Amino acid sequence: MTAPILCLEGVGVGFPTSQGRVSAVTDVSLDVREGEIFGLVGESGCGKTTLAMATMGLLPSTSDVSGAIRFQGQDLVGLDREALRRLRGDRISMIFQDPMTSLDPAFAIGDQVAETILAHRDIGRREAKARALDLLVDVGIPDAGRRYGDPPHRLSGGMRQRVVIATALANEPALILADEPTTALDVTIQAQVLSLLASLRERHRTTIVLITHDLGVIAQVCDRVGVMYAGQLVEVASVGELFARPRHPYTQALLEALPTVHHERGDLRVIAGRVPDLTDPPPGCRFATRCPHAMEVCATTPPLADEDPAHAVACWLSEATQRAAGHVGIASGGTS
Amino acid sequence: MSAAIATPAAARGRRLRPGFLATRKGMVGFAVLAFLVAVAVLATWIAPHPPDAIDGSRVLAGPTLAHPFGSDALGRDVLSRVIFAFRVSLAVAVGSTLLAFAIGTPLGLLAGYRGGWVDATIMRPIDMLLALPALLLAVALIAILGPGSAIALLAIAVIYTPILARVARASTLVVSSQTYVEGARARGAGPWRILTRHVLPNAVGPVIVQATILMGFALQIEAALSFLGLGAQPPTSSLGVMLADGRDVLSQAPWVEIFPGVAIAITVLAFNLFGDGLRRQLDPRGVTR
Amino acid sequence: MSPRGSFVVRRLLFAVPVLAVMSVFVFLMIRLVPGDPVQTMLGFRATPENVAQVRSDLGLDRSLVSQYVDYVGGVFHGDLGQDYVSRAPVATLLAQRLPVTVELTILAMTLAVLVGVPLGVSSAARAGPLRTASEGFVVAGISIADFWLGIMLVLVFAGTWHLLPPSGFVRLTEDPLRNLRYLALPVITLAFGEAAYILRTTRGAMDEVLGTQYVLFLRAKGVSERRIVYRHALRNASPTIATVVGIQFGVLLGGAIVIETLFALPGVGRLIVTSIQQRNYTVVQGGVMVVAGLFILVTLLTDIAVGWLDPRIGEGQGS
Repeated sequence: MTAPILCLEGVGVGFPTSQGRVSAVTDVSLDVREGEIFGLVGESGCGKTTLAMATMGLLPSTSDVSGAIRFQGQDLVGLDREALRRLRGDRISMIFQDPMTSLDPAFAIGDQVAETILAHRDIGRREAKARALDLLVDVGIPDAGRRYGDPPHRLSGGMRQRVVIATALANEPALILADEPTTALDVTIQAQVLSLLASLRERHRTTIVLITHDLGVIAQVCDRVGVMYAGQLVEVASVGELFARPRHPYTQALLEALPTVHHERGDLRVIAGRVPDLTDPPPGCRFATRCPHAMEVCATTPPLADEDPAHAVACWLSEATQRAAGHVGIASGGTS
Repeated sequence: MSAAIATPAAARGRRLRPGFLATRKGMVGFAVLAFLVAVAVLATWIAPHPPDAIDGSRVLAGPTLAHPFGSDALGRDVLSRVIFAFRVSLAVAVGSTLLAFAIGTPLGLLAGYRGGWVDATIMRPIDMLLALPALLLAVALIAILGPGSAIALLAIAVIYTPILARVARASTLVVSSQTYVEGARARGAGPWRILTRHVLPNAVGPVIVQATILMGFALQIEAALSFLGLGAQPPTSSLGVMLADGRDVLSQAPWVEIFPGVAIAITVLAFNLFGDGLRRQLDPRGVTR
Repeated sequence: MSPRGSFVVRRLLFAVPVLAVMSVFVFLMIRLVPGDPVQTMLGFRATPENVAQVRSDLGLDRSLVSQYVDYVGGVFHGDLGQDYVSRAPVATLLAQRLPVTVELTILAMTLAVLVGVPLGVSSAARAGPLRTASEGFVVAGISIADFWLGIMLVLVFAGTWHLLPPSGFVRLTEDPLRNLRYLALPVITLAFGEAAYILRTTRGAMDEVLGTQYVLFLRAKGVSERRIVYRHALRNASPTIATVVGIQFGVLLGGAIVIETLFALPGVGRLIVTSIQQRNYTVVQGGVMVVAGLFILVTLLTDIAVGWLDPRIGEGQGS
């Protein structure tokens, strides 16, 4: 097994709001292995974007992050702002959902790619421009030389997302966090962008965390998947395992909601009930309010535990979870 | 299905709760304004002295307990004069803004709702009025019609009408595309009914917000016009007239000049805060931003 | 023609009807005066022959249309009529006064921009003492009437400290230093409220830009915060700031009417006010025409500048 490049240990994120403190992410532990495409799936507001922003150190200063986020062994939580800035765009890149608004409308697209290089490398302007041009060619911008000086509004959405990807790749980062990179694009362009990401991974051995609400996207390009619900990580498995044997009732519900031949598009909201209020979440498993199998024990948080090496789940229906909880109970009983 | 039934009631409840009290600024603005309006209305009973009572022994006398704002060149009590002058200034401000509101809102509503040539016919002249410096416009009007507080009121209304018409039009454009307007149209409601029952109540909020803020600034414009001798004429005294008078005795008795100016500043600020407070409730889409 | 060039032409064409309507308005001014304007103008001691003479001078005895044609024709030849108090041509009078008004407003706007924009930029998107201070400045600048502030400044700087002259004027061409000494208080007075307004606009525009997705993406690229604020955000906020500066120029020109009177500056604004008091309508007409024309020119220049600053304007709808 390859070593983890990104290692989350008990990560929690809270925000103060006018309604009280929101716990957007609770106790998420997760390994992302070098060279894989790891999918993070869940409804909007489940904390997947927050998790990526926490990794980048881009959360507003009012938020508080607990736990540890280790990137290549270095804990990013509490790292000073300048150190984080030097990491961003260099070792870790992020791609955002909407390519229409990701680029500065007042600057030439090529210069925006070159800017990323100049922010991290001590090289000349001309050299950075040449490299930026190579990158534009690399991500498949036709006639890149002529396009270099264009402002973003002259490009289509798909082309803009290619520019964004070129920017993210500029310094050959070890890790790319792609937050819904294809959601705003139409279906054919989606497929092109996804295959571009996949081919880049092949060529550069870049690790990619792909955040999406679309299980179809996960199935197309990911190696492994984490499923999040209301700030909790409920299941982690290889893509084949997850689709073949979903363990968590939430994952099962997600898969049942997937589009079939008869339905146009799967919407995660078809699951009965509503996501709990995160300012005052119920204790234990947060899916319990909507879960058809909810039991009394669900008021206690189920630990994420390995069913087998390729499949972990956090649900009291799972023997692994029960066992893990039992071990924890014994261990803590022993020390007191 | 109780949730579906409860929703409109809840929405109505939210409307009834005075939203301008939700922010601290809005609350302060409202409190200060309530106080100022009370002072203006009750001037006769509140003022410690008659505003025109001449006291030869107190010519340019400084503030004392009996005369907290001091006395002017004729020995008149400045506090009492400020109270009565404020009453005139506020009347001009409120009158001019209401007049502009009454003319500008229907114009903007009609232009925004009908569009096309109606829009062009209404908005072209309005844009041209906006293409001139406001104070110059007021001064030019007064040059034609002669000075006086009624003319000043009219002049300020002329400045404000295009501004409020623009806001009303912008707000109407937003509202007209909403589903309830389309729904009313689909149900075969006549244009007059749609305008008065559906568009107006929903589009007027931002206009009220803008008018509230403008009402405060009207006090500044009135003061400037009166200061130039183009507004209120003696024996009527507005805050601007007081400022013009006070300037002559500035070095001997600065209090004659200071307090009317402070009164204007506080009123403008109060209207601004109150308007901002209203915005939260009446202009959720930020048309007046 | 380039799309940007055609934008400029379209903008120029909009200024034409505005100017035309304004000329009609100014032309009608004297004819709208209740009663007999000539009698009002000349006072009641004027002889009937005198009144008849002036009336025919002004062409008031002819049809409105031919009067208007004459008036506009005159304006195009730089003839704005005659001042019936000093007997001088109005155009000459205005030519003497205009540089004062232009200098006053340009200096005031420059000061307001130099104070408002940097404060607005540096107080955007962050809490702290600077934000609080700029908040206080905005509140003061908006609520305090400019001419009252001017009087207070006179009280302090000229009355108490004797630092600056309370009123009067020396021409720039005569003695630039003394000219500035005389203009210091008027310029500060006029600039104060403007600076506050520009600060608020700049801060608002910067706050908005700093909240956009592309700024987040710039942060994700590891671009320094300094570069994000000064290169990217300020660049994108600049059309908004420029628009407001242009609009506020009109406010300044209006304010100059009051401030020139307050500080006894021999500008067009004060000329208009004294002429209204003397019922010297031809001069009022000329003054209004010049100030309005000046503002229309500034608005035009602003729009062209904004078109040049905003990458999305002037390229048609295509994207």
